[in-house]
Amino acid sequence: MLTDATATAADKIRCDACPVMCYIKPGAAGACDRYANHNGELVRVDPHIVLERTVSHGGQVVPFQAGGDWDGKIVHKPSVFVTAIGAGTTYPDYKPAPFIVSSEVDGVDMVTVVTEGIFSYCGVKVKIDTDRFLGPETATVRAQGEAIGHVTTSEYGSQMLSLGGVHHLTGGSKKEGRVTCDALMDLSNCKPVELTIDGGASVVVQAGYPPIVNGVAEERMRVGCGSATIGMFAKQWHGKVDEVVVVDDHITGVLSEHQAGKLLDIPDTGIKMKGRRSTPGRYFQVAEPGTGWGGTRISDPLSVLGPFDPKTARPGMTMLMVSTTGEHAAYYVLDEALKPIEQPMPADLKASVERIQENCEPALCTVLFMGGAGGSLRAGVTDNPVRLTRSVKEALTRVTSGGAPVYVWPGGGITFMVDVTRLPAGAFGYVPTPALVAPIEFTLRLSDYAALGGHMDHVRPLASLKENTEIRQMNSPQPGSRP
Amino acid sequence: MKRLPQIGWLADGKRLHLQDGPIDLIVEARGSETDLRAAYDAAVRRFTGLLDELCDELPLLRAAADPKKCLLQGTVARRMHAAVAPLAVDHFITPMAAVAGAVAEEILGAMVQATRLERAYVNNGGDIALYLADGSQFTVGLVDRPDQPGLMATTVIAADDPSRGVATSGRHGRSFSLGIADAVTVLAPTAAQADAAATIIANAVDLPGHPAIVRCRADELQPDSDLGARLVTRDVKVLEQCEIVSALEAGVDKARALLAAGLIDGAALRLQDETRVVALKEFDANRPPAASRREIKSAIHA
Repeated sequence: MLTDATATAADKIRCDACPVMCYIKPGAAGACDRYANHNGELVRVDPHIVLERTVSHGGQVVPFQAGGDWDGKIVHKPSVFVTAIGAGTTYPDYKPAPFIVSSEVDGVDMVTVVTEGIFSYCGVKVKIDTDRFLGPETATVRAQGEAIGHVTTSEYGSQMLSLGGVHHLTGGSKKEGRVTCDALMDLSNCKPVELTIDGGASVVVQAGYPPIVNGVAEERMRVGCGSATIGMFAKQWHGKVDEVVVVDDHITGVLSEHQAGKLLDIPDTGIKMKGRRSTPGRYFQVAEPGTGWGGTRISDPLSVLGPFDPKTARPGMTMLMVSTTGEHAAYYVLDEALKPIEQPMPADLKASVERIQENCEPALCTVLFMGGAGGSLRAGVTDNPVRLTRSVKEALTRVTSGGAPVYVWPGGGITFMVDVTRLPAGAFGYVPTPALVAPIEFTLRLSDYAALGGHMDHVRPLASLKENTEIRQMNSPQPGSRP
Repeated sequence: MKRLPQIGWLADGKRLHLQDGPIDLIVEARGSETDLRAAYDAAVRRFTGLLDELCDELPLLRAAADPKKCLLQGTVARRMHAAVAPLAVDHFITPMAAVAGAVAEEILGAMVQATRLERAYVNNGGDIALYLADGSQFTVGLVDRPDQPGLMATTVIAADDPSRGVATSGRHGRSFSLGIADAVTVLAPTAAQADAAATIIANAVDLPGHPAIVRCRADELQPDSDLGARLVTRDVKVLEQCEIVSALEAGVDKARALLAAGLIDGAALRLQDETRVVALKEFDANRPPAASRREIKSAIHA
């Protein structure tokens, strides 16, 4: 087969892999969906099918793009790693049943059992780096109006969502199952998904990208809670301003009352905070959660203050109010009536606000796919499934998903978690059960494989794949701007 | 030197896989061993060089079909034209709309001519040509999203029925659609007719000017697309129930017109969880969901 491409225009290329001679634009594929234009180079995009042909038909494989300068190869010589992506069937279903490949690694005869697992018991855990209020704990999370999961605990600077699971996939209406399955698949394939939370926000989640909360892209995680921010910056504020309030929907900090302020002998200012005092200088619930200042719903920070105590406060006193991300900040001076009046912020205070911003890490969404390898999947690997479980627990068998490392949750079964950005693009599929199809590989010593009742008659030497130089690019999105 | 297609068996050892350029065929026949060998030999022989034949006339195949006259030479090309010509009176359509079905028919024809078979099919990426000897039948599975296999219903085609072609068209397929249907599956006397009609019906399932539909010039996606500057559907956001119904009804009207003209035997139209069926017998949409892709496979090809 011919595989040369002739560059005819700056962007388009003409593929002459077959007589159709498609003009292919950058980023697009030809009529066959097999050859594509990747930055002006003709590339094959279906390595697994070629692999399959080699394995099951003994067909001839045409080397293509050998030695190409790619990043993130996962199928390459000499230590070929075969992923399970595409090992299941697709439409039209010419892909083979899962197959088993053996290879020699470091003198040990290794076996990689590749299969695409059908996970009807699966879900994703989403971590959204934001202080903005997304919704109350246990609130229902919806996609296209259907319940697909719930808000779970909020950990430091991030809000966790638990989506999918057997309850939403198969326990509800047909539409609920389908929408859940679509959302899980898109999230797992690093595509953006819009979620709405009952009694809360709408958020666009895409693995590896900042969350978009109510239409606004989140930029940074907070540097710490309001109290922690006081602790971190007290020294830098000392002598430059009389009072600092760090507004936070969890713990709002007040410099003059805070332990850090006391240590610096910062005098009382007569400030009166709303909310419930926890310990000195630390206030809970100064305002309802929301998407305004510091994850509260307020747009005017003065609304969290009561009147200043005239016994302590004096006209001309200065106050900085700032959010935990430094995104919101304002500077005030008390007038004759002890009312705070906003004034232009002095440069040294502005610098401290910028320092808070600088110390906030970029906010991202991260998605962990989580699934349990069921009995039938394990039976595809060995005729005594529980031995595979034991082998995984005893760390004799390494589990990977699309070549990416997984965390196997201790306890019964093979329940694993994987960061979806570590898998090649488009690694997840679905079946109408509905359930997700995810790649899963078990790698172990050939002798161990035989011992646990492996399908030894189906093991194929890697030599049968040696001519194959197909490589597959990892398209994991980098944090940053959306494509 | 003559370019040879990829020829191989699928893992089950029963189905022949032929591939050349954009053509992907799954072929399976039932009969005696000798007959099967003769049939598969014939399929491979006919397939070899078929793509070159088509490409020789590619510019004409990509041009709007003239309903009155056919300037094409090749057997497959002329079959493509014949399938689209009755539709070309009222619609923009190129012979390419029937390429998959016409190729499937050609290969099936070569097999049936070579020997005696109980039944056989050639599946060209979902556009399927069927051969049925007396008394045999096929159960056909309908897929709602060609990009994501899922069986939404089944229907049966028996030797007594007129249909020998099944085709599915929609916006998720490899070719572009001017409409918004997720899938339109058509049963017709021939695979080429089914292919062409599915395209036209899928195009008719539409809500022109609707803001929830993202469209893009076909030639911006594929510079040499036969659809040229026509706007093809790239994305459809969630639609209101009444909108889904009205889009589907437009497609149903088109299907009924083609049914009345004798061009199709039946159709199933799918858009966002709604299905409309025109003249399909034993249509069973209440089939329990398949437990695995393995089940789907046997249903599609059983």
